[in-house]
Amino acid sequence: MKKRKITTFDIVLTLFMFVVIVITLYPFLNILAISLNNAIDTARGGIHIWPRDFTFANYQEIFGSNDRLLQAFSMSILRTIVGTLAGIIASTMLAYVLSRRDFVFNGFVGFLLVLTMFISGGLIPEYMLIRQLGLINDFQVYIWPMLLSAFNVIVIRSFMDNLPVALEESAKMDGANDFVIFSRIIIPLCLPVIATISLFLAVGQWNSWFDTYLYARGNEALTTLQFELMKILDNAQMSAGDINQQNAQVIAGQTNPQSIKMAITIIATVPILLVYPFLQKYFVTGLTLGAVKS
Amino acid sequence: MNQTSSNASNMPEASTIIESQVKPATQKKKYSKQNGKGFWKRLSTQKMLLLMALPFVIWLIIFKYIPVAGWTMAFQDYKPQFSVWEQDWVGWKHFKDLFNEPMFYRALENTLGMGILGLVFGTGSAIFFALLLNEMRFMALKKWTQTISYLPHFVSWVIVANIVITMLSPEGVINNILTGIGLIDSPINFMANPDMFWGIVTAADVWKETGWNAIIYLAAMAGVDPQLYEAAKVDGASRWRQMWHITLPSIRSVIIVLLILNIGNLINIGFEKQMLLGNNIVMEKALVIDLYALDYGIGMFRYSFGTAIGIFKSVISVILILICNGIAKRIGEGRVF
Repeated sequence: MKKRKITTFDIVLTLFMFVVIVITLYPFLNILAISLNNAIDTARGGIHIWPRDFTFANYQEIFGSNDRLLQAFSMSILRTIVGTLAGIIASTMLAYVLSRRDFVFNGFVGFLLVLTMFISGGLIPEYMLIRQLGLINDFQVYIWPMLLSAFNVIVIRSFMDNLPVALEESAKMDGANDFVIFSRIIIPLCLPVIATISLFLAVGQWNSWFDTYLYARGNEALTTLQFELMKILDNAQMSAGDINQQNAQVIAGQTNPQSIKMAITIIATVPILLVYPFLQKYFVTGLTLGAVKS
Repeated sequence: MNQTSSNASNMPEASTIIESQVKPATQKKKYSKQNGKGFWKRLSTQKMLLLMALPFVIWLIIFKYIPVAGWTMAFQDYKPQFSVWEQDWVGWKHFKDLFNEPMFYRALENTLGMGILGLVFGTGSAIFFALLLNEMRFMALKKWTQTISYLPHFVSWVIVANIVITMLSPEGVINNILTGIGLIDSPINFMANPDMFWGIVTAADVWKETGWNAIIYLAAMAGVDPQLYEAAKVDGASRWRQMWHITLPSIRSVIIVLLILNIGNLINIGFEKQMLLGNNIVMEKALVIDLYALDYGIGMFRYSFGTAIGIFKSVISVILILICNGIAKRIGEGRVF
């Protein structure tokens, strides 16, 4: 494209983009500043993007003195790792089976999967199922119900459809069985799509709070960062109408639930911030492939 | 948890469906030479594939289809201590109860209200943002803006709710700005005003998802023929006019397909935002169908009643998507099915 001179239009556009950046980032910076500020001082208001009375007390509370929050942090990490691994193994394996158009049950399994995108039992029947399976207050409740999603499987299958067939066929000549072909040949070729889906799975696990709320409330060991954050939020929301009551929660000492809430928010955001920008290329192309074609 | 995840992935779902529509037929020819053999002969060579598929078929049946079979609960007075065969069948009783419950209509109104606001402003903001990004000449800034705009999509609603409540609190930045420029005299307690609740949820949704939702529109815009713009420039069209007369009409079918899918999901807005942002003071405006099902179905152990609510939602959702698909077919635009 030819070089064009910069017009008023370009300047307005640039200003608009800066406004978008500020609106998106300011809340995170504000919360970071509050999380690093003395809790009692914070209650006076007026903290923007720089702490006024700097302290690590809120983070020390989470990682040091408070066993439950440390437990929640470890559980968040554990469920993210186990859930992502289980999910990626399940989705790639099913995607491979579905990419084999010669498989006798291909149509049946594909139909069974795709139909789940359009019908779901709903909240109550799913709750009853989890109860009957005895998964209440069990770590497995974080893994099994979220194991597969039709969307992820279809994205991986589309990627596999575009792989060259020759490699697979020569392996077959050498007598490799379908599982060996899948694990030795297909998986290594699918790394870009595996990266994308792993990101979706990991973010889903890391951000999940409702399953803890509904199924694992009774087991303290299964609490997660998101659920602890939700509980603090819930307590504060109870008194949303009454400013005095909120201030009354500021207890003597270095921290209070409101400031710990900010620190948890930062801890829950940082891992995402460290990962998604680097996978951007993959998920953007992965998601838009179809739209461009049509 | 299923509700929440399906809600968050509306966009990707859309792209997959579009994708499956345009999948070239040649792909299916892969391995076709084996199709000549008989069923049992092929099956005997595919034991490993069968073994690989079996666990997931069982998973699908247990976790996806047994809950659908659980719909029968809505026609019983379901009591968990009895087996399926020992329940009392009561016909449409729970549906009749549902339609006689004033709270249900309030929940329906709130769901559709926030659903429509979210659809209009969500789609509008995403298209607007994509249009402006598409016009950006400074590539580095464009890339940074895009990357930053995805961030809120990846954080949970718990975090977004915390952000919204912090920003809108009486000591928060919004009140600081409003009092600073003299628009209001004393801070407003936004979260305690029922009339503002729909607006707050919609604004939070726009803040969280605009950047992410713009991805698909931006990709569609990248496919527009550059010659069209060259021709328009020769005719002296300004860039605003080019956006209006070339870019937007070119991505019309993508917009319509996504609209159909989103209208089908109008009633499936979930409950996360409402549960996390709502409080007792604003409950009259925050109670949505899923929250209602949760409170009555699980909270009060009225499992059959809660299941009836879920069935009602599914039926409405199917009707909405069929209507929209019909309209799209009538006006000759891309349709989903």
